[in-house]
Amino acid sequence: MAAGIVGYGAHLPRHRIKVEEIAKVWGADAPSYKKGLMLREKSVPPPDMDTITLSVEAARRALIRSGGVDAADIGAIYIGSESHPYAVKPSGTTVAEAIGATPDIHCADFEFACKAGSEAMYVALSHVKAGEMKYALAIAADTSQGAPSDALEFSAAAGAGAFIMGTENLVAEIQHTHSYMTDMPDFWRREHEFYPQHGGRFTGEEAYFAHTKGASNAILKKSGMKPSDFAYAIFHQPNGKFPQRVALELGFTQEQIDPGWLAPTLGNTYSGASPIGLTATLDVAKPGDMIFMCSYGSGAGSDSFIWKVTERIDEVRDMTVRTRKLLEENLTYIDYGTYAKFRHKIIKNK
Amino acid sequence: MTMFSSRNWREYPHRYRTEASKFKKSGKTYIPKRLVDPETGDTEQETVRLPETGKVLTHTIIRIAPSQWGDKAPYALAIIELTDGTRLMAQMTDVEMDDVKVGMEVRLEFRRVQSEGSHGVISYGYKAVPKWY
Repeated sequence: MAAGIVGYGAHLPRHRIKVEEIAKVWGADAPSYKKGLMLREKSVPPPDMDTITLSVEAARRALIRSGGVDAADIGAIYIGSESHPYAVKPSGTTVAEAIGATPDIHCADFEFACKAGSEAMYVALSHVKAGEMKYALAIAADTSQGAPSDALEFSAAAGAGAFIMGTENLVAEIQHTHSYMTDMPDFWRREHEFYPQHGGRFTGEEAYFAHTKGASNAILKKSGMKPSDFAYAIFHQPNGKFPQRVALELGFTQEQIDPGWLAPTLGNTYSGASPIGLTATLDVAKPGDMIFMCSYGSGAGSDSFIWKVTERIDEVRDMTVRTRKLLEENLTYIDYGTYAKFRHKIIKNK
Repeated sequence: MTMFSSRNWREYPHRYRTEASKFKKSGKTYIPKRLVDPETGDTEQETVRLPETGKVLTHTIIRIAPSQWGDKAPYALAIIELTDGTRLMAQMTDVEMDDVKVGMEVRLEFRRVQSEGSHGVISYGYKAVPKWY
């Protein structure tokens, strides 16, 4: 049975901080960070925004683009994130309540470092494909943590992408999926710790590149397709450099990744990264285009997807705001002090 | 403690989905919901969900805030007239105080409203942001 995306939406904070602003506080060399990470600035969530609020806004936009899906017909909401606001209490039920999808619904919060969003998409697709439910909503959202002065602080950002999966009225039909995982200690956060730890350079070759290539090569083989068969490709983007390098090494071109390559000015939205990239790519795709997508989450694994865009895309893309507009317009640049306050990095000994 | 989790829960329909009372006789809409239309005494009503955009009718700037919003000050509280004519009060966010003006167009967004310190429930609801698209 044909299955895929019925409606999609994204949400980003309007606040940004530049690499120079973080670098000057820690005595870091901004030009070398900008070059090394291929990243100029990142999004910052204000204190009244979190994974739940980002998810609700993205889900509302996905509903708008669904062209009239009744939220009560959504059978499942899965939110993938590593920054769920509660340690115990689901994010999904709040989103379900806010969009009017309760009480006949299945909710679960997913976690898998940066891959939690794509696994929510994977499971939501499986449900509708199996005929278990009419629609399933998958959300990829994060307000990422990066320890002060750590390399991650230059990139850890916030954003959300939401996808209503179904079997009719599709904007993009799923053609193939493939998942590729091993036990990889490249990045982790223990319970009660504020910030994740990572293996520095160890997060590259054996982690990001090995798994991204593993899932990408496997789905290409499975589908019998080659990189030149695709109009666009989206990869997980912990910085600007990794997705560009892996794309070129796999045989994709800069033109193919450009629409969904958001990290240079968005930063790393963790679970949101490749899913938000997919929303930006759908915003410019044409009917019949093939889209390649591959996530990566430390720990580690990649989910790859091949989507085929349908004619309905022309009808829905401008029903609400495009992702690039959220990325590039209505911005507020903040200094490190405001950023530290927003991200609760200031200890108040009252 | 600023709010009990049960009170927060009872306010979900209003805060999460802007559910309002629309009275049959006058056609007037109120949020939060009311049992009786103050204009006509009518009790016959239907529940409606409000539009997400409107404009600022009047506003005030809070500089000395209650403890749960102390770190947010200064912030604006506004009476907003939504596109269907319904009026509601909301905190404004993502806006500089100098930019808050009577007549400015706003959009309601889902945000954190307050929380019982770092260990209690988090209360969510609508806040108004400048409409820019």
